[in-house]
Amino acid sequence: MHSAQIPVLSRWLMQKKLILDSRQLDITLSRLCQQLIENHSDFSNCVILGLQPRGIFLAELIHERLKSLKVTVPIGYLDATFHRDDFRRRDVPVKASETRVPFTIEGKDVLLIDDVLFTGRTVRAALDAMISFGRPAKVELLVLIDRKATRDLPISADYVGKAVDTQDTQKVLVELEAKGNKQNKIWLINKE
Amino acid sequence: MSKLSQRHLLGIKDITRQDIDLIFETADNFKDVINRPIKKVPSLRDVTIANVFFENSTRTRLSFELAEKRLSADVINFTASGSSVKKGETLLDTVNNILAMKVDMVVMRHASAGAPHFLAKHIKANIVNAGDGTHEHPTQALLDAFSIREKLGGVEGKKIAIIGDILHSRVALSNIFALKKLGAEIMVCGPPTLIPKFISTLGVQVELEVKKALEWCDVANVLRIQLERQQLKYFPSLREYTLYYGISKKMLDDLKKKIVLMHPGPINRGVELTSDAADSQHSIILDQVENGVAVRMAVLYLLAGAA
Repeated sequence: MHSAQIPVLSRWLMQKKLILDSRQLDITLSRLCQQLIENHSDFSNCVILGLQPRGIFLAELIHERLKSLKVTVPIGYLDATFHRDDFRRRDVPVKASETRVPFTIEGKDVLLIDDVLFTGRTVRAALDAMISFGRPAKVELLVLIDRKATRDLPISADYVGKAVDTQDTQKVLVELEAKGNKQNKIWLINKE
Repeated sequence: MSKLSQRHLLGIKDITRQDIDLIFETADNFKDVINRPIKKVPSLRDVTIANVFFENSTRTRLSFELAEKRLSADVINFTASGSSVKKGETLLDTVNNILAMKVDMVVMRHASAGAPHFLAKHIKANIVNAGDGTHEHPTQALLDAFSIREKLGGVEGKKIAIIGDILHSRVALSNIFALKKLGAEIMVCGPPTLIPKFISTLGVQVELEVKKALEWCDVANVLRIQLERQQLKYFPSLREYTLYYGISKKMLDDLKKKIVLMHPGPINRGVELTSDAADSQHSIILDQVENGVAVRMAVLYLLAGAA
């Protein structure tokens, strides 16, 4: 059943609100790619870095879609675990994921891609992690969901799929077919 | 779970298979880090680590120190020679004085088995055992197993021969514990006087002929004869030991299959290994050293990160 048909009350009871469905996501991805092409007359110096663990799926989707638009950009995965600022401030260390950067960063235009922009701390860590590979000429940030007014740091995205008003107590759940989910759906969830 | 079951790394005996797998997965990532143009990450920026070595070491101490520095920890080094230990200070007093300077972790090597276990009972800091007497040397066993996993794609079901002075070797004991937990088959080989009497209760095979051990195994981990620990004569002469237990390149080349040759160092060239064997394409001795830094980074990172 389409979510728009569910009454508001029951939607509130479910504590789960659909932000983007499969069709909307498709439109959003197309727009993001068009914007990228609009802003980059030439992609020859550009590379994509998907942020581990969840940004890589979106990075792959953007990469594929750009390819279908006759734009080929090298893609890599970046893990910022060891650069996080909350190490020793949580009970369990965050588990690291694979970093795969099969190109040089030095002098490149880097497009960082993550699924959700929340406090900005992951992006801060990612900038540090990226700089261990060299000095990029320019860095841009693309996110699918921008959680407005929850930033701890002065960080903003250059390309935004959808900006959403959220509270700290809420969570954004990104379901993608590429991740093994049944459908492409983005949810806003109220934590208990 | 991305947390170790223990606060300290005292021995392989105390940790679980899941712990070892977690250390290896983390070490994979650190191995990637130390091969980058900038080899340093800021994870342990607010952590101070004391390397307390009551016994000689080059490789292990350098490897730990490098691992600590690559993690941005503050490092202090202590060696027993030239310290107040010579003036009669006890182990606990020495370490408590170091801890009073606000140290978070202690990496310790000591000539007495159980010294780090004793400390763990009395102090709050995380302790990493860097070798205690003839008992355990956990990080060496982890890096050995990690190197086998890297070279052969896994440890489970592999046949590993540990050859040499088993009786005095903490590397042998830790290796047996680690490789057993990872599902390998283990054989120890050496002169009967240098094989502990009850070793087979650990579930390992005993072989007295080095040729047979080499024919059986996928990996030969060759150990040094620890003359400094031997108070008795365990064999007539080094020359005779070499004659019966020394491994040459020709012996490796004559085998039907290609085996992997390991050595924890320091090598006594011409005693347990000939030079051409140590430098042959069978040998992964220098890979072991590189992996040592990554594995120690993983251990320190996981211990420091758990509150």
